[in-house]
Amino acid sequence: MSSTWMTTRAWLLMLPLLVVMVAVIGWPLVDTVGLSFTDAKLVGTGGNYVGFDNYTNMLSSSNFSRTLVTTTLFAVISVAAEMVIGVLAALLLNQQFHGRAILRALMILPWALPTVVNATLWRLIYNPEYGALNAALTQLNLIDAYRSWLGEPGTALVALIVADCWKNFPLVALIALAALQAVPRDITAASLVDGAGPFNRFRFVILPYLAGPLMVALVLRTIEAFKVFDIIWVMTRGGPANSTRTLSILVYQEAFSFQRAGSGASLALIVTLLVTVLAVAYAALVRKTAGSAA
Amino acid sequence: MERRSPAFTIFIHGCALLLAAIILAPIAWLFIMSISPAADLAAKPLRWWPQAADFSRYQTLLSTAENSAGAAFTSSLRNSLEIAGMATLAALALAIPAGWAVSRTPAIGWSLSMVIATYMLPPVALAVPLYMGLSHLGLLNNVFGLALVYLTILAPFTTWLMKSGFDSIPREIEAAAMIDGAGLFQTLRIITLPLAAPVMATSALFAVLLAWDEFFYALLFTSDQRAKTLTVAIADLAGGRVSDYGLIATAGVLAALPPVLIGLVMQRALISGLTSGGVKG
Amino acid sequence: MLKTITKTLVGAVFAGGLLVPHAFAETTLNALFMAQAAYSEADVRAMTDAFTKANPDVKVNLEFVPYEGLHDKTVLAQGSGGGYDVVLFDVIWPAEYATNKVLVDVSSKITDDMKKGVLPGAWTTVQYDGKYYGMPWILDTKYLFYNKDILEKAGIKTPPKTWEELGAQAKIIQDKGLLKTPIAWSWSQAEAAICDYTTLVSAYGGDFLKDGKPDFQNGGGLSALKYMVDSYKSGLTNPNSKEFLEEDVRKVFENGDAAFALNWTYMYNMANDPKDSKVAGKVGVVPAPGVTGISEVSAVNGSMGLGVTAVSKHPDEAWKYIEYMTSQATQNQYAKLSLPIWASSYDDPAVTKGQEELIAAAKQGLAAMYPRPTTPKYQELSTALQQAIQESLLGQSSPEDALTTAAKNSGL
Repeated sequence: MSSTWMTTRAWLLMLPLLVVMVAVIGWPLVDTVGLSFTDAKLVGTGGNYVGFDNYTNMLSSSNFSRTLVTTTLFAVISVAAEMVIGVLAALLLNQQFHGRAILRALMILPWALPTVVNATLWRLIYNPEYGALNAALTQLNLIDAYRSWLGEPGTALVALIVADCWKNFPLVALIALAALQAVPRDITAASLVDGAGPFNRFRFVILPYLAGPLMVALVLRTIEAFKVFDIIWVMTRGGPANSTRTLSILVYQEAFSFQRAGSGASLALIVTLLVTVLAVAYAALVRKTAGSAA
Repeated sequence: MERRSPAFTIFIHGCALLLAAIILAPIAWLFIMSISPAADLAAKPLRWWPQAADFSRYQTLLSTAENSAGAAFTSSLRNSLEIAGMATLAALALAIPAGWAVSRTPAIGWSLSMVIATYMLPPVALAVPLYMGLSHLGLLNNVFGLALVYLTILAPFTTWLMKSGFDSIPREIEAAAMIDGAGLFQTLRIITLPLAAPVMATSALFAVLLAWDEFFYALLFTSDQRAKTLTVAIADLAGGRVSDYGLIATAGVLAALPPVLIGLVMQRALISGLTSGGVKG
Repeated sequence: MLKTITKTLVGAVFAGGLLVPHAFAETTLNALFMAQAAYSEADVRAMTDAFTKANPDVKVNLEFVPYEGLHDKTVLAQGSGGGYDVVLFDVIWPAEYATNKVLVDVSSKITDDMKKGVLPGAWTTVQYDGKYYGMPWILDTKYLFYNKDILEKAGIKTPPKTWEELGAQAKIIQDKGLLKTPIAWSWSQAEAAICDYTTLVSAYGGDFLKDGKPDFQNGGGLSALKYMVDSYKSGLTNPNSKEFLEEDVRKVFENGDAAFALNWTYMYNMANDPKDSKVAGKVGVVPAPGVTGISEVSAVNGSMGLGVTAVSKHPDEAWKYIEYMTSQATQNQYAKLSLPIWASSYDDPAVTKGQEELIAAAKQGLAAMYPRPTTPKYQELSTALQQAIQESLLGQSSPEDALTTAAKNSGL
């Protein structure tokens, strides 16, 4: 069989997937670019060409810069916390103890819980009058009065991050655990003989094995955190005083609540660009880590 | 096995208990809320354990009496099942040939990378044209329309998993069958696909989980019982106007049950799927 | 492979599209309502059942969303060919819905009997530019509810007549240790906060707009926000009010955790129901207070109407349904959670029985209803105001600065 026929055949088999992706993702993306230069409304006729007005208006608005900061804070803190807690949990799960198999099985639960259910659950837990968190902390004498966790700008973002982290750290833990189990026993034993302390042992012997898989988890989680919508929509809708409004919520508001499809599209593309830059930077980093770990 | 001091053993067990509590407490509370009488949930100090378990909310939500709150919930359950099912089947149908092609002809691998890169795109960047497009085709508020959109979320993942699966099946087996005179599709059907069955199952479950979880597109593209999915139904309940927190919790438990069961049963396969993607990433 | 799938999908869609109208010899209407506040979901379902019994050839699918989703759902459904036929809309939306052709003009269908029978205040709910875009259905304003038991224990004889007095009475309750934070409001970053704010704007005689330009940053509009901030900072207001919606306020009030609460009509009979409420029989209701020298009472127009959407394929059946839902008979039958739009209903003992106190408050409150601004850009204005209110409450900016910024961001 000739190799050109092999390649042609491969393309033919690939074609259905590509057609669907181009039709449902490629075309809308191009269309969004077109829309972003118009003042089109969501329903009705096309709208007029307005050049870069939408972009300049968006980029210069205080809403945008503030939302960008909020989104970045959310992404950086929640992903960092998930990574650290996830690796710690994986190190723990890699030890011998009674009930280890059960605990490992339980780790899948938060990850399997639908995001919206998770958000709803935590919203109930944080309820200022009848929530479990206030009740528990008061009964343990840790706070003396019920607090408005989702009503204060200082705690609302943290409360969201905790909820997001609870759902996602087990995934990091499971990925890290799988990588840990690939660390050959004799290497850890050898480092013990060399007299390496626990921290050095983790840093120089174990971490290189984790680096590759963790980098991938880091990239995926960061992109997801940057795009976050569901959990915020259900828990705070961006409040209080817009302190938890992220970029995706802002786009929704602009394009759908205010029906300004054109300027919503320009904002969405700015977000896309940011995520792309982030992903490319990360990809370079992944390649570097993979190179040094191998 | 290295030896551990008793203090370290106690420390490890302590940490394990803490981790178990962190994982379980919120989930347990969700379930307890769902069976606690409304008065218990509004009590101060809060009553952590119901005096009498009350399962009536499950009955309320699962009742199918016409024109009732239960009918609205069960129809969203059915929509979620239908949409996840259709999107998953379609995603597998696209992923199997594409995954095999990339696995056997690495030269076209870059196209799969492009497909996977679409994962980066924030849904908000596509939402407006998709909304207009679906509207044009009459596919808004329609299970087929939503399934079509979900297909593009699921297909990159399933194709990637299928490709990894085919990679682990030696080409020599296929070559041997062809030498015996079997055509390509016959070979795939008789030899390759049965060997890839476990990967197909994993991919399918992944796809179902992804589709079950989706919220943003469902919020925008569905409006009523004809297509509204479970995630939107729950967000509506939690929107602040339902005063019985137990009912919200019950809906949460019911929506979480299928993916949690899948997660528990398939956990080994799911993790190996995740990590194989991760290690080779 | 793709081809078969596409074929199946397209085939199924077409089959579905062709089958629906022919399979049943009846019309199916889709109607959008909000969950909770005013008529309960159960009430709406019961009314609809009665309608379909009387009209067996019409089937009505009901959809309930939180108030927060009502506007966006209505707007988004415009794009779907078979969207909603009947939608519930708030008094603030007709301008936008008329401008963007979401609702159809039903002026020709409003009979003289309707014009004469329905309270004039209710009509403002559905009018824009002299045209009618539906029928008023919920005639509602926010009242001041109080817990008679707590007031009695505090030695307070009569509920407050002015907002100042409300603060003074709350202070007494707080000082006597009866409640830590006696007043509950719905100040979450949502339309609910605007309704409370509007009530106060009406008390202080403020204006939202002057000659089409924002004017809430001056005079009464500013005083209203200052009152909210003072009440919040003084500790007399439950600090959790800033994340409350109406249902949270109701829950707190019914639990006996608030002496005063601002809320809609529906709370009266719900809080008086011993099944869910701990304060049944102790619920007092008066019109929201006024400000000495400016107003006797205050009130926000929180009414809502039912309209036929421009995309409806069955506008006649849809209108028939609306006529039924807004008819005097239906409204009188379900007058416990929402008061009728019909003037003569208020003299009907079947309606007033058991809620004389509410009716008395309604006579004053409904007459004083103050509108939120009528503008196609209401959503933007409201969003900007919500932010201003929350920022002021949280001390992130002064009421003056917050309202000035809101005026700038209001899109007007």
